[in-house]
Amino acid sequence: MRQVVGAALRICYRDCGPIRRRALTSEPTLARIAADGGLRLKASGAWIADHADALEALIVAAPASVALDVAGVERLDTFGAYAIARLKGQAELTGVSERQRGLLEAVARLPHAAPAGVKPRNRLADALESLGRALSAAGADAVDFAAMLGRVSLAFLHALRHPQAFRLRSIVHHLDRVGVQAVPIMAMMTFLVGAIIAQQGFFHFRKFGAEDYVVDLVAVLILREIGVLLVTIMAAGRSGSAYTAEIGSMKMREEIDALSTMGFDPAEFLILPRVLALVVAVPALTFIGAVSALAGGGVVAWLYAGMSPPIYIERLSEAVSMTSFEVGMIKAPFMALVVGIVAAVEGLKVEGSTESLGARTTSSVVKSIFLAIVLDGVFAIFFAAVGM
Amino acid sequence: MTPLDESAIRIETLTVGFGAKIVIDDLSLDVRRNEILGLIGASGGGKSVLLRAVLGLLPARAGRIEILGHVRGPGSAREIGRRCGALFQQGALFSSLTVLENLEFPMREYLGGSDAFRREVAIAKLEMVGLSAEDARKFPAELSGGMVKRAALARALALDPEVLLLDEPTSGLDPIAAGDFDDLIRTLRRTLGLTVFMVTHDLDSLNSLCDRVAALYGGKIVAIGPLAEVRGVDHPWIRAYFRGARGRAALA
Ligand SMILES: Nc1ncnc2c1ncn2[C@@H]1O[C@H](COP(=O)(O)OP(=O)(O)O)[C@@H](O)[C@H]1O
Ligand SMILES: [Mg+2]
Repeated sequence: MRQVVGAALRICYRDCGPIRRRALTSEPTLARIAADGGLRLKASGAWIADHADALEALIVAAPASVALDVAGVERLDTFGAYAIARLKGQAELTGVSERQRGLLEAVARLPHAAPAGVKPRNRLADALESLGRALSAAGADAVDFAAMLGRVSLAFLHALRHPQAFRLRSIVHHLDRVGVQAVPIMAMMTFLVGAIIAQQGFFHFRKFGAEDYVVDLVAVLILREIGVLLVTIMAAGRSGSAYTAEIGSMKMREEIDALSTMGFDPAEFLILPRVLALVVAVPALTFIGAVSALAGGGVVAWLYAGMSPPIYIERLSEAVSMTSFEVGMIKAPFMALVVGIVAAVEGLKVEGSTESLGARTTSSVVKSIFLAIVLDGVFAIFFAAVGM
Repeated sequence: MTPLDESAIRIETLTVGFGAKIVIDDLSLDVRRNEILGLIGASGGGKSVLLRAVLGLLPARAGRIEILGHVRGPGSAREIGRRCGALFQQGALFSSLTVLENLEFPMREYLGGSDAFRREVAIAKLEMVGLSAEDARKFPAELSGGMVKRAALARALALDPEVLLLDEPTSGLDPIAAGDFDDLIRTLRRTLGLTVFMVTHDLDSLNSLCDRVAALYGGKIVAIGPLAEVRGVDHPWIRAYFRGARGRAALA
C-alpha cells in the first residue's frame, strides 16, 4: 500500500521530465594507470548527483587498486563522496583538496551498513500465514468490539448516576449531524427504493393476477427488513466513517492522550455522545424511511398500476400488522450500536500515518455493514423462534 | 552552474499577509552565495511565513523572489525544487513512507543510477545526520522529535542542493546533536558551496555557524550583519533579545 502512495506522488511529477544539468558539468571519469606497485586510479570531472548513472557505472566497473587520486575532481557532493568511499577500498587516497577533505572524511567515517536483503519466500507458507493472520485478526476484532461495548456501557452507567456526565451539548450536536441533517437523503433514498419494489411487484405479480398482494409485499419488506437495513448502511457510510476519521485524527495528533492525561475518559467525552446520538437517530430515521418508502410505493401504485391513494392506504392498513413495524423498530437501535461501536474501535486503532487513517475509515464502513447484516440474520432467527 | 551572481536568494519588496493582517511588510533581503545567514525574530513574528514565501508556498501580495537566478513562479518550480532543499519546522516527512523512502522519493524523481545505488547513498546520508540503518526502516510516527528533525534534514539534503532553507533545525535536539548538526552544515558548505538560510534561536549556531544574522521585527529586517554588529544595534527588541539572561549566558 505504501508503494501506492509513492506512485501517486510520482505521477504528479512524471510529465515534467527529469531535470538533468549534466550539460553544464563535465562527466566524471576514472583513468587507470598501471604502475609498479599495482593499478592506480585517477578520478576527474564532476562527481555529483546529476551524474548518478555515470558514477554507479564507474564504481561497478572499477578494478581493485592501490591508489586513488582525486586531484582532478572539480565538483563533489555527497553522491560523489560516497562513490569515492566505495571505490577507495584498501587503496590510498591522494590529491584531496582542502575544500573536499571534510566531506570525504565525513563519508569515510560512516559504517556503510547495507539494508538487510529480502529473504526467499515460500508461497504455500505465505498463504497459510495470511490465512492465520486473517483469522486471528477476526478474533481480535471480536474482542475489541466487546471491550469497546463494555467501555461505552460503563461510561453510560456512570453517566446514569452522574447526569452531568452526559455531554448534552455534544449529544445534541452529533444528533444534528447524524440525524437531522441525514433526513433529506434518507427520505429520498427510501422513497425511491419503495417505488422500485412496488414497480417490480406490480410488473411480476400481474402475470399471476396477484396485484392485490403487491401492497403486502411492499409493506412487509420495507417495515421488517429493507427500511432498517438501508438506514443502517447509510448511517455507516455517512456517520460511522466520519466518527472513525474524527476519532482517528485525534488519536494521530495525541489529542486523545492529552484528554486522558487531564484525567478524562475518552469513552465518556468522545465516544458515548456519538454512540448515543446514533442510537437515537437510527430508529427515528428508520421510521421516517419506512413512511417515505411506503409513500414511494403508493405513488407507483397510483401512477403505474392505477390504484388510487385511498385504496392503497386501505390495503396498507389491512396488510400491515403492528408486528412487522415492531420488528423493524426493535432492530434499529442495535444496528446503531454496531455502527457506533465499530466506528469507535476502528478510530482508536489509527496509528501515526495518514494512510492508516484511510484504511481504518474504510474498514469501519465495511465491518459495520457486514456486522449489521449478520445481526439482521440473527434477529430473523430470533423473531422466527418467538413467532413475531 | 548558473552565471555567477552575488546572491543566491534575492528578496525584493516582499509583502505577505493573511486577510487584513500584514505579516511580512515590504521586506528586502539578499542571501549571498555560499554564506550561512541566520534569521532571528520573535515567536509569531513571521519567520516561518517568510521562509514559506521564499519556498513558493505562500502567495506574495507584492514583490519578487529570485533563487539562483530563477524568478519564483510557476515555470521555475521544478528547477528550484531540484536545487533548493527545505526543512520544515514540523519535519513534514511523508507519514506513509519509511524514513528511507522519504529520501529515496525525491532522488528517484530527479537523479539517475539504479535503485540499489540510490538506496546506499540515501542510507549514507541518514548516517551523516546521525540516524542508523535501522532507523531508516521506521515510519515517521515511530521517531522521536529529534529523530524527525534529523530525518527531515537528510531529506532536505537528498538531492545535494545548492541552497538550503531551514526552519529551526536544532530546536528539539540535544546540545551534542545540535553541535553535530552545525559541523555537518559547515562541512557541506565548504565542499558543496552550499548557501544556507536558516531560522534559528540557537545562540551557539548564531555565534559559530552563521556568517551573518538578520533580525526580523514588525515584518521588516531591522538589522543585518555579522553577529557582533547586530548585537550592538540600538533597537529595543534586539537589545532585549541579546541582553536577556539567556542571551548573555550563551555568548559569554
Ligand atoms: N496560514 C495562516 N493563516 C493565518 N495566519 C497565519 C498563518 N500562518 C501564520 N500566520 C500568522 O502569521 C504570524 C507569523 O507566524 P510564523 O511565521 O509562523 O511565526 P514564527 O516567526 O514564530 O515562525 C503569526 O501571527 C501567525 O498567527
Ligand atoms: Mg516558525
